[in-house]
Amino acid sequence: MSLQIPYEVTPRLDTGVNNAKLGIWLFLASEIMLFGGLFAAYVFLRMGAESWPGLEIPYTGEMATRADQILNVPLATLNTMILIGSSVTMVMAWASLKMDKFSRYKLYMGLTILLALAFLVVKAFEYGDKFDHHFYPSTNNFLGVYFVLTGLHAIHVTGGIIVNAWFWGPGTKMWTQGTAHDKAHFANRIEVAGLYWHFVDLVWIFLFPTIYLI
Amino acid sequence: MAHEMSLEEVKKHIRVYLLVFGALAVLTVVTVAVSYLDMPFYPALIVALIIATVKAGLVAAYFMHLVGERQVIMWVLISAGAFLIAMFALFISSYADQEQVALISHAISLSHVA
Repeated sequence: MSLQIPYEVTPRLDTGVNNAKLGIWLFLASEIMLFGGLFAAYVFLRMGAESWPGLEIPYTGEMATRADQILNVPLATLNTMILIGSSVTMVMAWASLKMDKFSRYKLYMGLTILLALAFLVVKAFEYGDKFDHHFYPSTNNFLGVYFVLTGLHAIHVTGGIIVNAWFWGPGTKMWTQGTAHDKAHFANRIEVAGLYWHFVDLVWIFLFPTIYLI
Repeated sequence: MAHEMSLEEVKKHIRVYLLVFGALAVLTVVTVAVSYLDMPFYPALIVALIIATVKAGLVAAYFMHLVGERQVIMWVLISAGAFLIAMFALFISSYADQEQVALISHAISLSHVA
């Protein structure tokens, strides 16, 4: 006899939601504090800085007056579109399960993972370009903020890829070989993974303008 | 969602998802376009934050299903928001305080000289 974890599908009477959903939202609340704290560090380092970004523009040697003279805005805009697109495919993956269309789920979840990988590839090009110009996290506070915030975000993207890849591959057994209850459980897992993924998108929506454009 | 959705409801949702995707793409273009206006720092910051907040609101409301979500989730978010504001307030007060501390320590050092 296997141990049955309660309220994984059916909502608890007192909270009105299943435990997985309450759990992921509590985790996301802690993530708000994590990114919020680092964002506050950015604000105060910038308020205290004599100049921002405080670097010479590559090739011209002039002092930069704006972050977009150092960072690559077209690549970051592309990455913003990629991440928004992956949020849509993620929510479509969940909706496909709700409509009992498993092959369409596989397609959308696969697209979500590919878009996330594309985001990381673009990010790697960006970082490589910075390193080529000898711009490192230790160079100054601007680059420290840039690498820490975008780096922590990229780690979150990587975590999302691992979880989503599991749900695209071996994790699908719960749906393909499961009972009706298991299928509902699997759809809930995708919704919860989606909530995390949309949060990662949401963080980027704030990072992009405040680090690259302002 | 808090309740089980019918097939019709899911289909209705999909239309909304595509509309939200369009809105997010347009707002991203607007964000970048506004940055080319070369506005002074504070107006540029405020405009960027307003657009980002609208985009984040769309993601949270529709992709994360906060529209129609149960109260307990709202309370989790409200308390996270309150803690975030409290944290910022602590930082701001200590930031404001450091000038006063500097002034006082300067006054003390002057009194020692005298």
